[in-house]
Amino acid sequence: MAELKIKELLWEPIINRNPVTLGVLGICSALAVTGKMQTALVMTICVTVVVACSSFAISLIRNQIPSSVRIGVQITIIATMVIVVAQFLEAFLFDVSKQLSVYVGLIITNCIVMGRAEAFAMKNSPGASLLDGIGNGLGYGLVLMVVAFFRELFGSGTIFGFEVLKSVTQGGWYVNNGLMVLPPSAFFLITFLIWAIRTWKPEQNEED
Amino acid sequence: MARESVSKTFIVAIILAGLCSLMVSGAAIGLRSKQEANKIRDRKKNILMVAGLYDAKASVEEAFQQIEPRVVDLASGEYVGKDQFDPETFDQRAAAKDPKLSITIPAEKDLAGIGRREKYSLVYLVKKDDKLDQVILPVDGKGLWSTLYGFLAIDGDLNTVRGITFYEHAETPGLGGEIDNPTWKALWADKKIYDDQGSVQLHVVKGAADKNSPHQIDGLSGATLTANGVTNIVKYWLGDDGFKKMLERLKAGGA
Repeated sequence: MAELKIKELLWEPIINRNPVTLGVLGICSALAVTGKMQTALVMTICVTVVVACSSFAISLIRNQIPSSVRIGVQITIIATMVIVVAQFLEAFLFDVSKQLSVYVGLIITNCIVMGRAEAFAMKNSPGASLLDGIGNGLGYGLVLMVVAFFRELFGSGTIFGFEVLKSVTQGGWYVNNGLMVLPPSAFFLITFLIWAIRTWKPEQNEED
Repeated sequence: MARESVSKTFIVAIILAGLCSLMVSGAAIGLRSKQEANKIRDRKKNILMVAGLYDAKASVEEAFQQIEPRVVDLASGEYVGKDQFDPETFDQRAAAKDPKLSITIPAEKDLAGIGRREKYSLVYLVKKDDKLDQVILPVDGKGLWSTLYGFLAIDGDLNTVRGITFYEHAETPGLGGEIDNPTWKALWADKKIYDDQGSVQLHVVKGAADKNSPHQIDGLSGATLTANGVTNIVKYWLGDDGFKKMLERLKAGGA
């Protein structure tokens, strides 16, 4: 693989072809796990691992998969990866897995994972699929982290659990923004983010 | 064999299903002991925290030596001997679901919204100089979205709260999830559970608690329903159906 191609596979999905802001995929978990930066980070890692491994595995056997059952084969591989990741979290990062609760399991239904499997891994070599998976996981993670940053800062007055704005409930001055705590606030933040990116890169705008 | 033939489809599906189930079961079995250990350690950590004995630097196992777990028969308030249930291995969650080890709670009495209640429960005693210093009771019940699981620590006088903690719930972070807020949990200390007539008065109010009342806890803004759940849990588990018989027995000196 040429040097250029590696870069492209890894970096393109982060801004130019970001699965969340351009593809508007994976929105449901972007709403659910972005209340705190720590959970968003762990979710990013989990999704990246799952997309990368499942894309790699699917690409490896892509020439053997009969097209009539390809979606079933993909989802089986993805579900297996997710369960294994969830088991590892429970064994090694117990506190975080308690916070993420059901959302780790719901990675199975994250459209990004399935989307990359169907759109990329079925047609490309395992190496390229792995990189594409990592890139898309990171692109998704970037959006998650940006949203979580604002939600945690304005919703709880903290960043990664460290106090930045001393909230009234802790005896300080900052009145927590209740909307930011609730998942719908992520809708607003993601929309602003899409607006910002498309203003910066007008070629992402869809035609009417 | 052609890629799209029926037999190929079946072979691929079967091989894949076999491989994937091997991976899943492998991970589940291989990591189970570690996961179980995590859960037990987490529960012990919470017991220590509610008792005010937790030290982040010390080993949980060592600190837990100060605590004496016992199994109690909720109907009589008597301890059950080790020969019947070993407190080290007694699985209370499983007991609450086991028809032989639990009872159905009549709807009008089911304040905590749990449907069934175990007949036997673990309790944790902390003794100082051979005198009962604290009793820690496991409690559970419905909040807004989820079942809350927690511990309530009571002073040796069996009426004063020492602390409360919830180690498992799925309430909304920032709203109902604020039951984990240390500042709010600290409000529980030194509150009284029963009035002179022995009925449970401890409850979470909506808004600010009356400073002169020994029974009121500040509400959590935006979390009235979770807070009501907490009140109901306290009422249920400290009432006649819950641990009251055992507490009365301890008070009478039957410890």
